[in-house]
Amino acid sequence: MRNLSKLMLTFAAGAAVGMAYAGSAAAQDKELLIGDQCDRTGATQIVGTVLCPAMQDYYKLVNSKGGINGWMIKGDEIDNGYKVPEAIEAYERQKQEGALLMTLYGTPQTVALNARLEQDKIPTTSPGFGISAAADGNRFPYLFPIAATYWSQAAGAVQFAKDQLGGSLKGKKIAYVYYDNPAGKEAMPILDALQKQEGYELRAFAVPPPGVELGAQIIDITQRYHPDFVIAHLFGRSPSVLIKGLKGAGYPLKKVIGLVWASAEADIQAAGGWSVAEGYNTLQFAGAGDDYPVRGEIKAMYKKDGKDPPKEMDDTVVYNRGLLQAAVQVEALTNALKISGGQKPTTEQIKQGMEQIHDFTLGGLVPPLHITATDHEGGGFVKVFGVKGGKFVQETDWIHPYRDVVENAVKTAE
Amino acid sequence: MFHREAGVFKTTYAADMALFPLPIARWAVAALAAVFVVVAPLAWGDYPISVVNLILIAIVGSLGLNILVGYTGQISIGAGAFMSVGAYTAANLIVHLNAPFWIALPAGGLMAALIGTLVGIPSLRIKGIYLAIATLAAQLIIEWTINHVQWISGGVQASIPVPRPSFFGFQLVSERQIYCFLMFFVVLAIVATLNLVRSRIGRAFIAIRDQDIAAEIIGINIFKYKLYSFAISSFFAGVTGVLESYYLGIANYEQFQIDVSIDYLAMVIIGGLGSVLGSVFGAIFVTLLPIATRWFLEGFGGVLFPGADLLNVIPNLRLVIFGGLIIFFLVVEPDGLNRLWRNIRNYFRAWPFSY
Repeated sequence: MRNLSKLMLTFAAGAAVGMAYAGSAAAQDKELLIGDQCDRTGATQIVGTVLCPAMQDYYKLVNSKGGINGWMIKGDEIDNGYKVPEAIEAYERQKQEGALLMTLYGTPQTVALNARLEQDKIPTTSPGFGISAAADGNRFPYLFPIAATYWSQAAGAVQFAKDQLGGSLKGKKIAYVYYDNPAGKEAMPILDALQKQEGYELRAFAVPPPGVELGAQIIDITQRYHPDFVIAHLFGRSPSVLIKGLKGAGYPLKKVIGLVWASAEADIQAAGGWSVAEGYNTLQFAGAGDDYPVRGEIKAMYKKDGKDPPKEMDDTVVYNRGLLQAAVQVEALTNALKISGGQKPTTEQIKQGMEQIHDFTLGGLVPPLHITATDHEGGGFVKVFGVKGGKFVQETDWIHPYRDVVENAVKTAE
Repeated sequence: MFHREAGVFKTTYAADMALFPLPIARWAVAALAAVFVVVAPLAWGDYPISVVNLILIAIVGSLGLNILVGYTGQISIGAGAFMSVGAYTAANLIVHLNAPFWIALPAGGLMAALIGTLVGIPSLRIKGIYLAIATLAAQLIIEWTINHVQWISGGVQASIPVPRPSFFGFQLVSERQIYCFLMFFVVLAIVATLNLVRSRIGRAFIAIRDQDIAAEIIGINIFKYKLYSFAISSFFAGVTGVLESYYLGIANYEQFQIDVSIDYLAMVIIGGLGSVLGSVFGAIFVTLLPIATRWFLEGFGGVLFPGADLLNVIPNLRLVIFGGLIIFFLVVEPDGLNRLWRNIRNYFRAWPFSY
């Protein structure tokens, strides 16, 4: 009993001291605090372990150039393990510390926190996940997708299929392979609407979670359905399983396009390497590859410190998405500082700053976003990169097809 | 020395049957009530209250699971599914019929109780780990059903927005107001469970847990009481689901998946099987532990790891410490935190004597 009580006392003392040191993430003078939620563990760690360091690198780059007119940026990062209660606790804590802008992570978390964001009037970015209807700035004033939602991505995939199949989809067969959860089913309304417009035949193939077993679906697709094009909306480990499976069944990968979360280098490598995935088309909402000036600047920043560039930069697809998110946030803060006249901006001013982002391309990494008070998506631009000769090769320019169909869906969403 | 158990005379049957007959127990409960009902909503900040809200929701769920697993001995991994049943029932009633909270909450609980009874039917034939697998199947089936049946899930997104409850036209918007709302139901749940386990039904549950064949021989209808246990436990779980969707403002089955079921099982096991206080301790421990480890690592981690690596290390080390502390507590005291508390209490009960 005595030894145990001594152990307990030392532990309690240590915890008390620790708590006294903790909470030092509060905003200080001339500092703009961004509340990041980013998962380096959990189901989506394959994305988070690259996206989160990318955002921190961009903040460091901006700070190394003197911040925004002298204001330093601090990104306070909390991991929510893809669970909603922890996301709420993280949000409350960052709000208490004075975060001006949030970075949410995960579709159920964004949906759950939307009401609180509206109440507290704090804007957040949610690129590539969240609610597709959040493109409507009137209905969701504090949610900013800032990148093509699943609806815009589906429209882009159909346009690419149409171009690849000779300009017309009439009578052609399209297979839609999706992860069987709400996020995976989200592209269906657009595909159904375009089916009526373009006259193709559509069949959906559900992949049950966790998505590592696709044998039945691949047999169904390749042996029975024989589609002319396959659109894949998978996350996590599934895309690599699909690529390997379709290649093994002999289906030409140049007739397959993956939406944004099926499109990273990690998926290609898990499928067996660039040679296995040759021809696979990927949809991106941020530029892929190394050929952008901002990546060179980050590498130079690391070299100045005498360190090698981090290995996360090799996963260019997800790393560049992190750069896009951080860059759009910094641009919004820059606009907000102009509105506030150099004073610390309020969250309302940051929202207005976000809605003034036009023609911000960051050397081609970011599409020509045009975010307004009514359009928080910025135009829904996507670009298709194909796997050719061991790397990503640009197949199209920034496109945003079928805007009328997508906008109609946004307007009529429940 | 701290309290007398001798010399406490009761003169009415009501006093004899009271939940807390000893004066020290009454004082302790009064002090806790004063802190949590009066002081907390007035003095604490928004962030601590939001953490306590999460703990309150967990307490209701872990009480329910402890009735099933701790008192009746039926292992269940389906807690999350029953919560989602309750959440979606209430959400649909609120959205389609504008039901107030005093209809939506019991309705969610009753629907979950109905589904729980159906899931409990196999318990007549199978026990232990086989029953655990059957409840795991129920968890997955209910999840799949909600995902695919549109009129339950309310659309492709499977999320139903739930407005905060309103009380005679006054809507509970802030953290403190929802804290008072949740606290009321937690107190109700704790008193209900305390009374349940010392009633005839509770004694039947304990008999089934300890020696079910002997219980059947002396005339307890095993099947009936096992179904009661599943029904009551699922009612608690359904109410937890409704409270959670009121708190979050949304009902979504992805919040109630298998990892939530395992979390609640962990709460019950670490807290102490077969005790109300154990459920409370377990809920506090499992909810607070990730938050506390993160605070601890943010305070001390800077000493051990450089800046950029720290961000990578904190979430991963948090998971390691979480698992490690659970193993540590179970090794130190396999009967759970409740037994740890009982040991401390018994020590001070006899103090300054040793026994």
